[in-house]
Amino acid sequence: MKRVTRKKIVQALGFLALRAAMGLVLAVLFLFLYDIGSKGAGSISWEFLSKAPRKGMTAGGIFPAIFGTFLVTVITAFLAVPLGMSAAIYLNEYAKQTRLTRLIRLSIRNLSGVPSIVYGLFGVILFVNIMSFGTSILSAGLTLGLMTLPWTITASEEALKTVPNAYREGALALGATKWQMIRTNVLPYSVPGMLTGTVLGLARAAGETAPILFTGAAFFLPFLPRSLGDQFMALPYHLYIMATQHHAILQVRPLAYGTALVLIVLVLGLNMTAVIVRYRLRRKQR
Amino acid sequence: MNSAETAIKIRTRDLDFYYGAARALKKVSVDCHDRKVTAIIGPSGCGKSTFIRTLNRMNDVIAGTRVDGEILIDGQNINAPEVDVVELRRRVGMVFQKPNPFPKSIYDNIAYGLRINGMRDRRKLEETVEKSLRGAALWDEVKDRLDENAFALSGGQQQRLCIARSLAVEPEVILFDEPCSAIDPIATAKVEDLIERLKSTYTVVIVTHNMQQAARVSDYTAFMMLGELVEFDQTEKIFTNPANKLTEDYITGRFG
Repeated sequence: MKRVTRKKIVQALGFLALRAAMGLVLAVLFLFLYDIGSKGAGSISWEFLSKAPRKGMTAGGIFPAIFGTFLVTVITAFLAVPLGMSAAIYLNEYAKQTRLTRLIRLSIRNLSGVPSIVYGLFGVILFVNIMSFGTSILSAGLTLGLMTLPWTITASEEALKTVPNAYREGALALGATKWQMIRTNVLPYSVPGMLTGTVLGLARAAGETAPILFTGAAFFLPFLPRSLGDQFMALPYHLYIMATQHHAILQVRPLAYGTALVLIVLVLGLNMTAVIVRYRLRRKQR
Repeated sequence: MNSAETAIKIRTRDLDFYYGAARALKKVSVDCHDRKVTAIIGPSGCGKSTFIRTLNRMNDVIAGTRVDGEILIDGQNINAPEVDVVELRRRVGMVFQKPNPFPKSIYDNIAYGLRINGMRDRRKLEETVEKSLRGAALWDEVKDRLDENAFALSGGQQQRLCIARSLAVEPEVILFDEPCSAIDPIATAKVEDLIERLKSTYTVVIVTHNMQQAARVSDYTAFMMLGELVEFDQTEKIFTNPANKLTEDYITGRFG
C-alpha cells in the first residue's frame, strides 16, 4: 500500500514539473505578445497600414515595408518551394541510400543551422556581385530563398517519409512507373505536410533582417519597388531602424511597436494559413 | 515430378538471391504450372517471400540486392535487359501480406491500374471496375458505395479489394504473399474460395504460413528451408507421402 502511494506521488510530481515547464513557456510567450500588442495597438490605423512614412519616418505609415516584405517573400517562395520539394523528392524517392546521400542530407541539416547573416553575406557575393543583380529585391529574395531551402527540403522529406511504403509497392505492383507512383500515390498524401513545413519556412524568412540587410533592403524609399531590380523596404529591417538607428528614437518608439505588431500578425497569419491548408487537404482525402 | 500435364508458366532455374552479402535463396528451381495454384511453404525466414517477390521483380526496389540464375515466364528470362519491368509487373500482379488499399475511393482503387495504363474511357472504366469487383467476390458488398473511401472496408474486404485491383489490369499471374495472415478466419475462407476460382483464368503462386491453407488451395507445393528448396511436388504427394524427412517433420508440426 505504501509503495503504491509513493509511486503516485512521484507521478504527480513528474506531471507537475512538466506542467510548470509548459506554463513557463506559455507565460513568456503571452507576456511578449501582450507587451507588443498593448504598446503597438495604439499606432495601428488605416493610415499606418496604407501610407508611406513621413517627416523623417516620425509620422505616417509603413505600407512600403509591408508591400516589400510581401514581394520579397513571394520571390523567396518561387525559389524555395519548387526547388525544395524537387530536391526532397529526389533524395527520398530516387537517390540510392549511399554514404554520399547521407552526407548530402547531413549537409542540408547543417545548412539550416547556419546563421542568417552568413547567408546575407553570401547573397552579397553571389547575387549582388557575381550575378550582378545589384542590391535589389531580387537579390534579397534569392538570398532568403537559399536560406529557406534547407527547411523546405527537410520538411518535404519528412512529409514524404510519412507515406507508407505499401502505397508505393502497391502502385508498382500494378505496373506503375516510378514517376506515376510518385505523382499519383505519394505526392497527394505528402503535399499537405510539405506545404505546412514550407509555409513555416517562409514565415521565418519573412521575419529575417540579416539576409536582406546588404542585398536589397533600403532604409527609406519614397516610392514602391517597380521592378525586380529596385531596392525595397521591409518590415523587419524597418523595425530594426526604428528601434535602434533612428535619430529621434523615443519619438518613433510607438511606430516601432506598431511595426512589430504588424510583422508578428503577418507571420502568425502565414503560420495559421499553413495549419488551415493542411487541415483542409487532409480532410478532403479522408 | 509430374509436370507433363499442363504447360509451365513460370520456371526458375538455380535461382540465387542476395541482400548485400547475405544469401537468401540458394539454387531454387521451381516450375509453376499454367492455371494452377502453387503454394510456397516453410518456416519464417526461409526465403518464401523473397522468392515470390523475385517473380515480379519487386525486390528491385530494395537497394543492394542481386539475382543470379534464371526466372523464365513463358520462356522469357524476366531479368533480361530488354524486359520492361513495368510491363512485367502489369502481367504479374501481386497481393501483399497486409491489405494495402490506397486512401482513395473504392472505385478509384480499382481504376488505378487502368488509369496509369492510359485508360480514359469512362464507360470502359466502369465496366472493368464492376467486372474486377465481381471477380473478387466483392461487388455485392460494395456496389452501392463505390465512392466511399476504401479504408472504410473491413480487413477482409480490403484484401479482396486489393485482389480486385490487381485483376483490373488483366494480369496472367497473381502472386499472393501471405494474403490471409492479417485477416480473420471467415475472411480467410472467402479469400481461399476466391483463389480456387481464380485459377481457372490465372496462374497463382501463394506464400503461406498456414499448411492447411496450402493443402486446401494449391495443386503444387514447394517446401523451403533456409533459402533452399527442400521438396517440390504435387500438393497431395507432399502432404500424404513426402519424399524428404524434413518435409515430413515440418508438415506434421514437429518444428517450424
